[in-house]
Amino acid sequence: MKLLILLVVVIGLVAIVQLAKVYQLTSSLRARREEDISEADNRLNGGLFLAFMVLFYASVIWLVVRYGDYALPSASLHGEAVDTLMGFNLAIIFAVFFLVNTLLFWFSAKYYYRPERKARFFAHDNRLELVWTVIPSIVLAVIIAYGLSTWNQMTGAPAEDALRVEIYSKQFDWTARYPGNDGEFGLSNYNLITPTNPLGIVTAEGLEASMSEVEKSIAKLEKELKHERGHLLKEQLELEAMLHGGDHHGDHADHGHGVDHAAVEARLHEIETLLEDESSLTILTEAAYEAKEDKLNRLKRHRQRLLEISEFNYDGGLSAWAAGNDDQIVKGEFHLPVGREVEMVFRSRDVIHSAYMPQFRAQMNTVPGVPTRFKMTPTITTDSMRYITGDENFDYVLLCNKVCGAAHFNMEMKIVVETQEEYDAWIKEQKEYLVKEESEEAPAETADLEGTTDKTTASL
Amino acid sequence: MADHAHHHEESFVSKFIFSQDHKMISKQFLITAVFMGIVAVMLSIFFRLQLGWPGESFAILETFLGKWAPGGVLDRNAYLALVTIHGTIMVFFVLTGGLSGTFSNLLIPLQIGARDMASGFLNMLSYWFFFVSSVIMIFSLFVEGGAASGGWTVYPPLSALPQAMPGSGMGMTLWLISMVLFVVSSLLGGLNYIVTIINLRTKGMKMTRLPLTIWAFLITAVLGVLSFPVLVSAVVLLLMDRTMGTAFYLSDIFIGGEALDVTGGSPILYQHLFWFLGHPEVYIVLLPALGISSEVIATNARKPIFGYKAMVGSILGIGFLSFIVWGHHMFVTGMNPFLGSVFVFTTLLIAIPSAVKAFNYITTLWQGNLRFTPAMLFSVGLVSTFVTGGLTGIILADSALDVSVHDTYFVVAHFHIVMGMSAIFGMLAGVYHWFPKMFGRMMNTKLGFVHFWITIISGYGVFFPMHFVGIAGAPRRYYDYSAFEYLDFVMDLQPVISVFAIVGALGQLFFLFNFFYSMFRGQVAVQNPWRSNTLEWTTPVEHVHGNWPGALPEVHRWAYDYSNPAHEEDFVSQITPAIPGEEIH
Repeated sequence: MKLLILLVVVIGLVAIVQLAKVYQLTSSLRARREEDISEADNRLNGGLFLAFMVLFYASVIWLVVRYGDYALPSASLHGEAVDTLMGFNLAIIFAVFFLVNTLLFWFSAKYYYRPERKARFFAHDNRLELVWTVIPSIVLAVIIAYGLSTWNQMTGAPAEDALRVEIYSKQFDWTARYPGNDGEFGLSNYNLITPTNPLGIVTAEGLEASMSEVEKSIAKLEKELKHERGHLLKEQLELEAMLHGGDHHGDHADHGHGVDHAAVEARLHEIETLLEDESSLTILTEAAYEAKEDKLNRLKRHRQRLLEISEFNYDGGLSAWAAGNDDQIVKGEFHLPVGREVEMVFRSRDVIHSAYMPQFRAQMNTVPGVPTRFKMTPTITTDSMRYITGDENFDYVLLCNKVCGAAHFNMEMKIVVETQEEYDAWIKEQKEYLVKEESEEAPAETADLEGTTDKTTASL
Repeated sequence: MADHAHHHEESFVSKFIFSQDHKMISKQFLITAVFMGIVAVMLSIFFRLQLGWPGESFAILETFLGKWAPGGVLDRNAYLALVTIHGTIMVFFVLTGGLSGTFSNLLIPLQIGARDMASGFLNMLSYWFFFVSSVIMIFSLFVEGGAASGGWTVYPPLSALPQAMPGSGMGMTLWLISMVLFVVSSLLGGLNYIVTIINLRTKGMKMTRLPLTIWAFLITAVLGVLSFPVLVSAVVLLLMDRTMGTAFYLSDIFIGGEALDVTGGSPILYQHLFWFLGHPEVYIVLLPALGISSEVIATNARKPIFGYKAMVGSILGIGFLSFIVWGHHMFVTGMNPFLGSVFVFTTLLIAIPSAVKAFNYITTLWQGNLRFTPAMLFSVGLVSTFVTGGLTGIILADSALDVSVHDTYFVVAHFHIVMGMSAIFGMLAGVYHWFPKMFGRMMNTKLGFVHFWITIISGYGVFFPMHFVGIAGAPRRYYDYSAFEYLDFVMDLQPVISVFAIVGALGQLFFLFNFFYSMFRGQVAVQNPWRSNTLEWTTPVEHVHGNWPGALPEVHRWAYDYSNPAHEEDFVSQITPAIPGEEIH
């Protein structure tokens, strides 16, 4: 292939040199003006348009024959409607494509310039123009009406008994969550994300643990800042100057007036005690001090956000904090029962991703801070699809389809569609969230992906 | 010529660099755009090598990209940077700045009969903002972490968080700064174009007699002036999110091991602001190309453009509708489905004026006397790409269908054909057609023929197969597809596409050679080489300040009296008074 490219480059360069010579010749002869296109050239270019048209149509037809059978049949209920709509639109599009391009290239070939002829002076014709305003309008009205009816069908409210699955994205993998026996997802909050709680599921215990960790960090930082030697010494000097300030500057007789001497002295005393306690003294550069101060403020706001996570009950009295206990979290692949409507809820941890399920004709962006939804009903099990495609390794995939960073092209999760019985057996085996917390979770693929991310970052 | 002698001698700097003459400024825009175009095409070839032959080593990549292609294999982050900067340069610097900047500047004063732009100074500023913005954009390719890499739309949070990818560091900041300067340039240019067209038309040049180029430039400028400020606010807010700790677009984010201290923003807000510009932008790119091709087709078909009023009406209609369709870029963001339906409706309406334009072009060709100059070839090519690419827009505008092809190669195919190829064809047509006006010399026509045929074949060769790759479900902006077995059977198209891309890029050498060589050595032009009706061909070949040496010309008729049976010649210049008994447009 490289050889081929090299060849193309060489031929290209040779061609350029040759053409430069042609250029020199034609322009030095000055036999003709550049703007005078000879009849032969006009006929040739017109003919080339026809030849191009034939070549173009042949390629298009070849592409359609060879690749037009993109179907993999749709594996979802709405997907079948989408495919029919697609076929309808494509039929219209191809008809217009052939009609217009044919007219264009045909006229180009037919009406090339002949000096003895004069073009027909034909500036406008209201009837004709009306025709090609009204006909497209009618066709478009049909396209719009048909398209929107399919759209409404796709986006209507999900059925009461729809299975609910949450799809969660982060750089660069997917996680699925099932609501468990109670049928409700536990509340989740990004402030609670930890390695053992990758979705930030809110539970009373988890919240308490996070809170105490934040408190601990705050206390530690506050202590460090309080014992910073340089700042203490500086404050000491300032306070002393405040106390004795009046003595040095006779003209400011009232300097120091209004200073609460008692309070200042108390603080001075406190500073002295702090300075004496050498073991806990810290020494920081100004920049480090500011950074720590900054961090402290951020932690305080983090604490505030944790405090604002409020508990509420779902219909039926189930607490949103308790609902998370039996949620089931899966990675790598997730399963769906065939023939049952599933309502997918999408969330994202870091940047916008897009959950793209091409075989189901389904796609929805995952947006940090804004949950999104999509409903669908799988109609063909993975096994049946393997039979249909004749490919025993076939799997449905969920891909990322919104550029999200270096490993964007590598962010997929397998979808397994199976019978209700198989699904029931599978879901029963998935651990519930609280159980999961005890076991070490270190799925191999996460480690691997993070490894590659580091590598990519390092290479730049 | 006597008049010329009165002009004071200009220094090199005021004549060629800080020039306030619209003709010189238009040349500056064109040459800058040609340079930016070369860069953008090269970037695309680099990533097409990776896409055509994933993981293979190409020495040329290491030569040009150094540490971005260690061992000749393109780095994954670098791939995204190339894609992003290719898109940015093509959309903004070549097809907006380059196209409008060159031809609005050149043609508005010349075709309406004005001495120059309303403000030569603003015009000069417009170019220099464009220039500085271009320099910054190119420079951003060389900074630590690489250039912006989030796609040309730079959606936050990806673009807002330096920890999300290396390209969201310094490169992104420079991208945003460059874009602000670019918008300033566009606004200065746009305001100037509008004011000039409204106020400085010569005697007799009624709005209904304006050439369609001028109508197209006018509406383009209006679109730009109304929509670019929205982009600037989007960009400035993003810059603030990046540097000042605001949270316009950020909320609930956990990245790099910590929960970010930002709440209350919405990433979707950015998309609304961006696409409020982004969609009119498509027409900012396309309308000037359509205007140019209208003029070129009428001139070289030796026929009046068919349905002048309908053509103007459809430009107005497209311009208006382009402001209320931006949501069709956002069907899968979780937007309310009903709102989605509204955007489906408004978007598909645009097909009506577009269809009118296409059929009017074709009727103009019918029973014409077609002179296939290179400009004419590109204009006919434009009509084909405009139709072919426009039709697939019907699928993308239909939300139910968009869901399955959104952000796939289908989209890449669609917009490259309808916007990329059409606009480039329009631009090239413009260059071939008005080269004699700009440089006083002719380009070589034979080289132009070769250039056109290579370009249209390779252009369709690159982009048409992408429809099939997209319908099969291949996402765009992927570095490598080999992990996805279901795509294997369309992926054998990728090397074919890449070969066409390389051939197409090499084919542009015919143009570059012709362009630069003819600038100095081309055949010296005559005053009206194409035997055209419009006013620019009544000016002397040698450029003079104020365009016409004597009094401004007076206009007596519309621009399209070609092959008018009342006249012997097959063209009647706009300055020709009515002959007795003639009914005049």
